[in-house]
Amino acid sequence: MSHTNPSAPDAEALYRALLDQVRAGLAGVADAAIVGIHSGGAWLADRLARDLGLTSRLGSIDVSFYRDDYAKKGLHPDVKPTHIGFSVDGATIVLVDDVLFTGRTTRAAINVLFDYGRPERILLAALVDRGGRQLPVAADFVGAHVQVERGQSLALARAAGDRLVLTVEEDHV
Amino acid sequence: MYNPQLNKNGELRHLITTEGLPKAILNHILDTASSFVSISDREVKKVPLMRGKSVFNLFFENSTRTRTTFEIAAKRLSADVINLNIQASSTAKGESLLDTIDNLAAMHADMFVVRHAQSGAPYLIAEHLIRTGQNHVHVVNAGDGRHAHPTQGLLDMYTIRHYKQDFTNLRVAIVGDILHSRVARSDIHALTTLGVPEVRAVGPATLLPGGLEQMGVRVFNNIDEGLKDVDVIIMLRLQNERMSGALLPSAQEYFKSYGLTPERLALAKPDAIVMHPGPMNRGVEIDSAVADGPQAVILSQVTFGIAVRMAVMSILAGNQG
Repeated sequence: MSHTNPSAPDAEALYRALLDQVRAGLAGVADAAIVGIHSGGAWLADRLARDLGLTSRLGSIDVSFYRDDYAKKGLHPDVKPTHIGFSVDGATIVLVDDVLFTGRTTRAAINVLFDYGRPERILLAALVDRGGRQLPVAADFVGAHVQVERGQSLALARAAGDRLVLTVEEDHV
Repeated sequence: MYNPQLNKNGELRHLITTEGLPKAILNHILDTASSFVSISDREVKKVPLMRGKSVFNLFFENSTRTRTTFEIAAKRLSADVINLNIQASSTAKGESLLDTIDNLAAMHADMFVVRHAQSGAPYLIAEHLIRTGQNHVHVVNAGDGRHAHPTQGLLDMYTIRHYKQDFTNLRVAIVGDILHSRVARSDIHALTTLGVPEVRAVGPATLLPGGLEQMGVRVFNNIDEGLKDVDVIIMLRLQNERMSGALLPSAQEYFKSYGLTPERLALAKPDAIVMHPGPMNRGVEIDSAVADGPQAVILSQVTFGIAVRMAVMSILAGNQG
């Protein structure tokens, strides 16, 4: 079973830091859009789009059909629909994930976006960067860099009133 | 109970029939299909899931439409598709079914989509692959004899769920030649597993098989009674070859007694949907006014069929052993 680590960072404080960075980064950008990666990234993208007045340019993607471990693990048991209701062509897209780790999810998400069109620019926002990259991927906006032991995961959850909570969980072996 | 469709972890590795499939697996297929529906609207209508995999369409019985939908589904998953017109090839030269399979497996097939006039042929192939340890090769039944047509059954379930949301308060009537229909059988098993409380079989006694009551189905020989207050009507194709036998007097006679007309449709609930697996015989089992009317969802079935077949193939190909 997983258990909560009391030392997990305050997700709401990290969100405010991330919001400030994204706002500054998008200053003067005409064709901005926000796309979250299911599930945690989609919740964050929701908040960012509301706080930045970009709700008409909000999307969400599920990377299950683009994962590189399909041959090993099969199809994810809980695939969510991908929804992008705006034109990707020429847009500056902030791709949002909750925890940036190996970079494989980011790679898959970029491929999803390109199957919708050719964006002008893709920027990466992550609430937490836990290091451990296996691909040349770097975030443009980061709430915090956090050390997590091997064999542990950071998980974002949504509590009452949309409040975001980060927990440290032991990986199931 | 042993079910060759499932691997030791209880995951789907072959799709032979909807009979005995757990509800969770049916729902997983339908949920996954809903994520595939929107892919057809994109600029790039494919995903890379089955890149590098080879899907062999083995149609021992002709069906251009079903073969095409499987081909489109496989291509939208980025698989390579090889269509074999078996009638014109090895089988005609006397090769046995399992020798054909072993030869194609030696060409590194990853999936066989099998249509066969003999009930049980896909099962035989799946059992052979399991017995010979070829666990990386998957079988999808695309219709075998009178036995099963599980992807049609699943796309029917997807269509019903799309329009009616909940299965547990529905009355569903299946109308026509149920005796010879693999679609009817696959529908009945899936509807029952998904919790539909009332499934009706409507048709002349000569076209209804025995044992329907044991499957939990209510039988009606009178269509007007059978359609009363139903939410879903599944019309079956009346196969012309049945006319020549002693089962039916004539197409006109059949239409008079069992054809779905606007007047008969009015006996169902006002928001009832009308489905048909195709190809339709207008003026035999269904009136054009109904087939082209607002309650018909026949073309949606075709569209959903691609997504459902994508879901089935991608789930199977990801489950080993």
